[in-house]
Amino acid sequence: MNKCFERLYNGLIKENPTFVLTLGMCPTLAVTTSAINGLGMGLTTAAVLALSNLFISLLRKVIPDKVRIPAFIVIVASFVTMVQLLLEAYLPSLNASLGIYIPLIVVNCIILGRAESFAYHNPAIVSLFDGIGMGLGFTVALTLLGMFREFIGSGSFFGIQVFPEDYGVTIFVLAPGAFFVLAFLVAIQNAIKAKLAAKGKDVSKIGSGCGAGCSRCADKEFCNKAMNSYKTSKKELKERRGEDDGKY
Amino acid sequence: MESIKDMLLLLVGSSLVSNVVLSQFLGLCPFLGVSRKIKTAAGMGFAVIFVITLASAVAGVMYRFILVPFDLTYLQTIVFILVIAALVQFVEMFLRKAVPSLYQALGVYLPLITTNCAVLGVAVSNVQKNYGIGTGILNGLGTAIGFTIAIVILAGIREKMEYNDSVPGPFKGMPIVLLTAGLMAIAFWGFSGIL
Repeated sequence: MNKCFERLYNGLIKENPTFVLTLGMCPTLAVTTSAINGLGMGLTTAAVLALSNLFISLLRKVIPDKVRIPAFIVIVASFVTMVQLLLEAYLPSLNASLGIYIPLIVVNCIILGRAESFAYHNPAIVSLFDGIGMGLGFTVALTLLGMFREFIGSGSFFGIQVFPEDYGVTIFVLAPGAFFVLAFLVAIQNAIKAKLAAKGKDVSKIGSGCGAGCSRCADKEFCNKAMNSYKTSKKELKERRGEDDGKY
Repeated sequence: MESIKDMLLLLVGSSLVSNVVLSQFLGLCPFLGVSRKIKTAAGMGFAVIFVITLASAVAGVMYRFILVPFDLTYLQTIVFILVIAALVQFVEMFLRKAVPSLYQALGVYLPLITTNCAVLGVAVSNVQKNYGIGTGILNGLGTAIGFTIAIVILAGIREKMEYNDSVPGPFKGMPIVLLTAGLMAIAFWGFSGIL
């Protein structure tokens, strides 16, 4: 049980996918125009992440190593399709406002990253909790960013008008605002990282994802390997992980 | 698709007005990662044009002639991602054997493209917007040209920025690039006036 709580804490705070790792930035920037959209996207992703982690972990002894990436993609895509159909049926307005970003959950690097680095090597229950933790971490981050952009941009809080819309900085709900918010987020990360590094703490995980660009992307190796060859053996994978433990 | 005018409007709309990176946030990873030099940015851009155009053609054909007749449209996400992954692998193998000079130019970028959400994004949005196969290919081409324009411009700015030491400490590296991208997004926002 302790292990499960540890995974929840890890996903929510210690390795928060958005604030610490800066992973999965495409949906983060695109859907955080309002708090409700951020919350909806976060929960949708969390559901897919938890379920795909659970199933990949259950099937980890059946999936041959050589075709694991296509197998992961098929499992994730199946859950995304299910979630999308459910949204179409029960929450059509959310489905309409998230639009194309729902099917694109398939290529969200958080999901394939967790499958590759955690679920494929760990028992089912812990993997499920890892998925829930990471998913909730993502949800909290998207909701916070959405709240911030909505409040500054249109003066409302979860759709409730706080100050007149005319006083809002409209650009924050438009596309350029997303880039500015992310720029400041990464700058804050850099400042914190520099402080922690001065104290001699391990900072290799902070901002190791998309925010740092492909050169330091946590999934870089995974992206390349995924496409270059499906031939990496489990042993090689473990060796590689041994060298840069915690990089994922 | 009625006239040349409609085709041009679609091309301008998909490349400039709703630019794939700057207003839809698709393909951010290569946009930020491979934009250090104009030369590599242009290489990546051409590889993306090649793959997206081909992928939207193949995905369009699959959708029209296999998924729709058999009433399997709900499988589109799974089918598209597998088709794209297979297509990129196939293109890589084909180019390596048949057109080595083109492979030399684009080869290194091809593996990076499958996980690029812009490719899947175009395939899915073609379906959501009810585009036919021809219109879909044109939309794909326009989207990819938009990506190339954006990444080459960003690379040009970054090459100049490299010699600038006055950027405040925490903003060095990625944050200043993101701010630049934000300013570019404001500029591209202006294109919405021409349609």
